[in-house]
Amino acid sequence: MSARESGQRTVNAGQARRVLWLWKMAWRDSRGGRKRLLLAIAAISVGVAAFIAITAFDANVRDAVHTQAKSLLGADLVLSSRQPFAPETEALLATLGGEQSREMSCTSMAYFPKSAASRLVQVRALEGSFPYYGTLETEPPSAASAFRTGLQAVVDDGLLLQFDAQAGDTIKIGTLTFSIAGRLKKIPGEAVAAALIKPRVYMPLAALQQTELLHKGSMVTYKVYLKLPAEVDADTLLETLHPHLSTYRLTGETARQRAASVGRVMTHLSRFLHLVGFIAVLLGGIGVASALQVYIKDKLNTVAILRCIGARASQALAVYVLQATVLGAIGAMVGGAGSLAVQTYLPRLLHDFLPVTMPLAMAWPAVLRGLSIGVGLVVLFALLPLLSVRRVTPLLALRAAYGERQPDGRDLWRWGVLLLLVGSICAFAFIHTERWTYGVGFCAALGVTFGLLTMVAKLLMRLVSTLSISAWPYVWRQGLANLHRPQNQTLVLVLALGLGTFLLTALSLTQQTLLHHVSLANTSGQPNLILFDIQSDQRDNVATLVRSYGLSVLQQVPFVTIRLVSIKGRSTVELRAEKQNKIPEWALLWEYRVTYREHLLDTETLIAGAWQSHVAHPDAVVPVSLEEEIAHTLDVGLGDALIFDVQGVPITTTVGSLRRVDWQRMQPNVFVLFPAGVLEPAPQFHVLVTRAPSPDLSAAVQRAVVQQFPNVSAIDLTLILQTIDAIVQKVTFAIRFMALFSIAAGVMVLTSVVLTSRAQRIRESVLLRTLGASRAQIRQILVIEYLFLGAFAAVPGLLLAVLASWALATFLFEAAFVPAVLPFVVAFLLVSALTVSAGMLGSRGVTTRPPLDVLRREM
Amino acid sequence: MQTTPILDVQHVSKTYHTGAGSLPVLKDISFSLAAGTTCAIVGPSGSGKTTLLGLCAGLDRPSSGMVTLHGHSLHLLSEDALATLRNTYVGFVFQTFQLIPTLTALENVMVPIELRGDRQARTHAIDLLQRVGLGERLLHYPVQLSGGEQQRVALARAFISQPRILYADEPTGNLDAETSEMVIQLLFALHRGAGTTLMLVTHDHDVAQQTQRIIRLKGGMIVEDSGPPPRRSPGEQEHECPGERPANR
Repeated sequence: MSARESGQRTVNAGQARRVLWLWKMAWRDSRGGRKRLLLAIAAISVGVAAFIAITAFDANVRDAVHTQAKSLLGADLVLSSRQPFAPETEALLATLGGEQSREMSCTSMAYFPKSAASRLVQVRALEGSFPYYGTLETEPPSAASAFRTGLQAVVDDGLLLQFDAQAGDTIKIGTLTFSIAGRLKKIPGEAVAAALIKPRVYMPLAALQQTELLHKGSMVTYKVYLKLPAEVDADTLLETLHPHLSTYRLTGETARQRAASVGRVMTHLSRFLHLVGFIAVLLGGIGVASALQVYIKDKLNTVAILRCIGARASQALAVYVLQATVLGAIGAMVGGAGSLAVQTYLPRLLHDFLPVTMPLAMAWPAVLRGLSIGVGLVVLFALLPLLSVRRVTPLLALRAAYGERQPDGRDLWRWGVLLLLVGSICAFAFIHTERWTYGVGFCAALGVTFGLLTMVAKLLMRLVSTLSISAWPYVWRQGLANLHRPQNQTLVLVLALGLGTFLLTALSLTQQTLLHHVSLANTSGQPNLILFDIQSDQRDNVATLVRSYGLSVLQQVPFVTIRLVSIKGRSTVELRAEKQNKIPEWALLWEYRVTYREHLLDTETLIAGAWQSHVAHPDAVVPVSLEEEIAHTLDVGLGDALIFDVQGVPITTTVGSLRRVDWQRMQPNVFVLFPAGVLEPAPQFHVLVTRAPSPDLSAAVQRAVVQQFPNVSAIDLTLILQTIDAIVQKVTFAIRFMALFSIAAGVMVLTSVVLTSRAQRIRESVLLRTLGASRAQIRQILVIEYLFLGAFAAVPGLLLAVLASWALATFLFEAAFVPAVLPFVVAFLLVSALTVSAGMLGSRGVTTRPPLDVLRREM
Repeated sequence: MQTTPILDVQHVSKTYHTGAGSLPVLKDISFSLAAGTTCAIVGPSGSGKTTLLGLCAGLDRPSSGMVTLHGHSLHLLSEDALATLRNTYVGFVFQTFQLIPTLTALENVMVPIELRGDRQARTHAIDLLQRVGLGERLLHYPVQLSGGEQQRVALARAFISQPRILYADEPTGNLDAETSEMVIQLLFALHRGAGTTLMLVTHDHDVAQQTQRIIRLKGGMIVEDSGPPPRRSPGEQEHECPGERPANR
């Protein structure tokens, strides 16, 4: 070995020993501080647990969607239409081969004789062996095949629970009574939550014809499910069928397309949950930064001593960065372990929204990703307070007054870390949102939230410091003064608790606003019960029946089912085949239910053109009125030509006017409104609008209607309210579950802040007791301080919640914001009580330590 | 024959700028210390003693003037170079002991040479702690030691890196008379054994009298300097001290 190599080895060994010293020093120095940092670890662990669980959940969902792609559709290919298959369509289907199943579905009333109750349901009449992939999960399992013959039905589990019915009971659909073969638990590719809107009832296809539900104009969807021979690729087949689909007004979907669309929905869900979970990680990071700020203040003297005896600033910094990194790693690993529990619970929590069966598998790459993001964020957050170590002058060891040089705003390292932190947060947001604009929105919202919380906290602190409270009792003055003393943690706690308060209260307020808005429609005189699918020959009898219950018929509206044939001279077939076409397929295939009258309703406002109430000559071009949104969707304006097919008869129209419709009012509103004098001879059905003064009377009328006119369906406001409530409950429960992690992280931050400032409190308590304060007085001071701290945290959180729920109500739901008082009061009391409890719990022993013991240590 | 000074202070002034204006603490201080000598800086409170000590040790930079330590002009060195210089040539003893509270006595003593990557840090530290009479208290934390014991640990830490110069800031300021006497004896014994230059700041007249040179400060200026001591012959060095430089280092 040459002398040079030997020298190099010596240098390397020296460097290795110096690195080893850093680890040793970091370990030794952490003695006595480990317990204090334990809760800071807990804060980050909570966030990381939530985050890893969601990341793993996302990975498992993707995997499940991939492996269960075919069972998401239950077939290789499904073709559907809003009209019966024409002979040409049947001929086309016959050429496709493979196994085929037919389904017809429509909306109808279901009547449960046992409980004498009825409800709007979705009837699905099936013929064939669908599903070919996956299974219809029923209870008992045999019901999935039993219902396909005879007069049997399987009914959504939730519906049976609601009406206290079970297998063996009966259900009446239309004019037929079916025996309930079993409960429907899950349908391949459909989320359980879908049943909240329209519970599903499966029956044999042959039986549907006998129910007398199908009349001219009935809204029925016809589907054929195909299991193709192994050698036929469904996507290629669909591609070749494309020209025929336009001609026969069919839509097609393959298993791959369904998997992709389900995957997209699931990605949105997991992205959203990721963002909520990320807030918990951020809070944990803030907790770590805050705990380390207090921790490092206690370490300044140690740093000065190290600097005196020859440690470089970078070495001193490295000691504490190592501690923070290990802290972050332990916190992340504890979080990772905790995430296992969340990972098993999350699929159960979101079960109703998942169209796939979730496997219970460990997604290791996701776990690793979560761990590294957790550690990375901890280090970045920790660097903010730790950078001050570089500025500790060794002179501090000589004289405490020299202290730490204050950052003067030109500390480029500090700016660098801040930039990196903000950059990382934004990068995360961009990755986990669909569009970059949403990412910017998330970052901006986060910035505004943190900014507002900071502003309010500072304002409150300033207010307290300038408040003239000299006449107040001593304990009040001292308790309040503690909120703005040096090294106070008021701001951190306002951020940590305020954010949690904000999230939960905003959810509650939005929920209340939505429900209140819907229930507003139930004001006196407004319609709250609509009977529809009334045939022309039933019109008068239904009205008589309604009147016999003492209800008045507010409106009787005729409806005609029509289809679009051409827009501005171009046929819908042509438009669907066109790649550049921007009009959505549904709008071109939609079966429009339109009405005709001579006047506009009070729910309609004319915004363009002129309303023509009557057409003198039926053969003339008819000026129709379009609802503004549908006009936008169809890309038409005043004067544009539209040709409709009115049950085989083409009618040429022109857009004569545009209307704005208040859809939130319970009225039979329509997209397309015809003037009187055109549609009167067309086959039509009727809608009857009434108001039932009580839910009981409403139910009684519906029962009577279903029994006497089985084809007539009813929808009442109570049902709408119940449905919205059920959906909102389920959605907010999932969001609330994730928001709870933010609250838990906030509580951890609170507890860790209380414990890290414990030494300071003990010193103060001892000094006060030495000067003659009683233990009761010191306890009062603590209660007052924590009470105000809780209030300080709750107030900006609540203000933000009001702001956010107002914005959501106004801009997203277009409803008037309802400031509910109860969630407000509950949140305020809860946060204050929580803060006082955590504060007093963490301050145990502060008033009982013997003063001499502490003073001796201080001297 | 005049030896090369280990510390040379030339026209050093220090002024602190505060919100209330400029506060001159040291004014045109010049002196030099020969290697292996002892010197006491005395003066009333606020006369600038500790500030001078800090400047001489490279803990702070003078507003004007120049400090040269072991041939290195401190004003030319970066913060990191100053740290290396302190680790190599300088030892400290403080009035408030300044032990790291989370480290045991042994670990406190080891730190300076561990920083250099010395493999034998533990052996040397145990050896030195035994010499200062704390062989039984190696694993005690500072809070478990008396003031005198803490200062002895601080002395062991100061001498473990075999500094060329030791700065002691009121080393007996927090101790009772009896303990002070013991610590001072130990300090001088270690100084003699290692041949370390000793510069100590003190209020204690008796302690100052034990040094070879006394510099008196008042109002930030030297008002009295007893001058450099006559050079000793090597044969006059005493060897009974516990801090004698080990032969293998």
